[in-house]
Amino acid sequence: MFELSSESVEEVKKQMARFETIESAIIPSLYAVQKQNQGWINDEAIEALSKVMQIPSSRINEVFKFYTMFNQKKVGKYHVQLCGTLSCHINGAPDISDFLCQNLDIGLDEVTADGKFSISRVECLGSCGTGPMMQVNETYYESLTPELALSILKGLP
Amino acid sequence: MSEIKILSQYYDKPEFQFLEGYKQNGGYQMLEKALKMQPQEIIDMVKASGLRGRGGAGFPTGMKWGFLPKNGEPRYLLCNADEGEPGTFKDRMMMEKAPHQLVESMIISSFAVDSHKSYIYVRGEYYKSISILNKAIEEAYKAGYLGKNILGSGFDHDMDVYQGAGAYICGEETGLISSLEGKKGQPKLKPPFPAIQGYLKKPTIVNNVETLASVIPILRDGVQEYRKYGTEKSPGTKLFSLSGNVKKPGNYELALGYPLKSLIYDLGGGIKAGRSLKAVIPGGSSAPVLTAEEVEKANLDYESLSGLGSMLGSGAVIVIDDSQCMVDCLANLTHFYHHESCGQCTPCREGTGWLDKITHRILAGQGRMSDIELLVKVADNMKGRTICALSDAAALPVLSFVTKFRHEFEYYVKEGRSLVKGKVLYHGQMHH
Ligand SMILES: Cc1cc2nc3c(=O)[nH]c(=O)nc-3n(C[C@H](O)[C@H](O)[C@H](O)COP(=O)(O)O)c2cc1C
Ligand code: SF4
Ligand code: FES
Repeated sequence: MFELSSESVEEVKKQMARFETIESAIIPSLYAVQKQNQGWINDEAIEALSKVMQIPSSRINEVFKFYTMFNQKKVGKYHVQLCGTLSCHINGAPDISDFLCQNLDIGLDEVTADGKFSISRVECLGSCGTGPMMQVNETYYESLTPELALSILKGLP
Repeated sequence: MSEIKILSQYYDKPEFQFLEGYKQNGGYQMLEKALKMQPQEIIDMVKASGLRGRGGAGFPTGMKWGFLPKNGEPRYLLCNADEGEPGTFKDRMMMEKAPHQLVESMIISSFAVDSHKSYIYVRGEYYKSISILNKAIEEAYKAGYLGKNILGSGFDHDMDVYQGAGAYICGEETGLISSLEGKKGQPKLKPPFPAIQGYLKKPTIVNNVETLASVIPILRDGVQEYRKYGTEKSPGTKLFSLSGNVKKPGNYELALGYPLKSLIYDLGGGIKAGRSLKAVIPGGSSAPVLTAEEVEKANLDYESLSGLGSMLGSGAVIVIDDSQCMVDCLANLTHFYHHESCGQCTPCREGTGWLDKITHRILAGQGRMSDIELLVKVADNMKGRTICALSDAAALPVLSFVTKFRHEFEYYVKEGRSLVKGKVLYHGQMHH
């Protein structure tokens, strides 16, 4: 059974007091829940959040499902988001995607057996002049080659 | 011809990120000046400057501000920092390098439109921009530039940062408002326009990061000086994000009217040795593509690009060289729009799905000759019939790619492989 940590509850309450309507706190609160739950959100977590916020879970779910940064499936400790949009695409993004998947032995949207990495292809991340690029959790890595991208991942603790 | 650094003047000074360094370079002097003016004087200056929105639509900023009701009803200023138009990375750089410039410009703009609360809606992935902005806002509160009775003027203003959560459509101004209200980021039918009924049904101004920042030089240098750069209809400077197959990509601040080919060849260092220019998307992925021949005649201003059937958009210039397959490039864009359509209008939801499917069918070597006409037909049916402009934005690239590079599409269908790359470029991996 998923339970919100006291830290998360505190954060959610803080967010609920921050805006003129408590609904504006749904997105920031989902971030708090996702952080507590190792990068993804399940039904139980939505239920728990619904109780604290006093907002129906269906209402929270509709927001949760709309936004791509909320993960509906387990992700790795390091969630790698590779930009696949045009500027990165024509500068070699597909080669990086293939190379990483091969070397980590996973497909897109899968998690490595040790739970350390997951890779997904995402749309333009606003780093097009230094593409190809990837975002690993909160950090941008730019001007990548396949080898460089792999060595960055291998260097993570 | 070179760059005109007005908004980006201090980008290379790391101390400009912090209050101390910002103030050493003239920071917050315009706020002091503004607070001694009449709000209407500021609006009039912005109107006279001819400043047009830098987020994509190019709407005159002073005119938009003038739409607000004059009855003292509470209103909001929202800064659109959702920057998601493929090819665009100018707002991120501005937030990271010059956060106080944005904060100061927003306090001035809020004073002008009589708003006591503003939000900067930043796309969720920009963690770094968000943390830098939060720090700047904290510094501004401590220094008395935000909060109650700012600098003894009697004007109160609060500012906050809102982190989006990954949805291109939240860059559309009413989608942004829905998102800030804690809903799905779906655009709303206009009218009512946000200036009359926006965030929480209150009058609301939504402006792009760069638009707001431009208020500072207008106030500092005066309308005449501001209009010295640019053209009659496109005054001032603008940031251009240069990317793709070009040697020196990056953000360049240019006087509007700057020749596109100078950006690519002089500032951008040109195309890699052994390659030549094939095409350029001049204003973000929604702007119709230009051929190398058209690039010769194009200037970076609103009127020149619309004269060529394209648009200035967000100022994202994507360079495509002759090693690229145009079928592949278009399929990449149709995938984007299909992924980003919010789905509430049938022509857009179905249309983007079809465009994605047909372009990938061709890319897989399984296209039919009739598919080329079908692409045109589907795209035509998506124009001008929807709640927001995403549907048109998805249709326009299709029409321009298919018309201008038709031989590449025909070859791909006939031979079942790319004319340029000599092979099949899609094996059904990308969709999920
Ligand atoms: C699909 C779509 C996406 C948009 N994305 C952005 C964006 O990321 N940033 C932005 O400033 N404007 C974006 N816009 C334009 C906004 O709707 C709006 O015109 C702009 O924020 C107004 O500010 P401005 O007049 O200062 O440009 C988008 C429009 C559409 C139709
Ligand atoms: S045009 Fe497309 S993106 Fe815009 S509101 Fe309609 S369905 Fe949503
Ligand atoms: S296209 Fe990859 S970051 Fe913009």
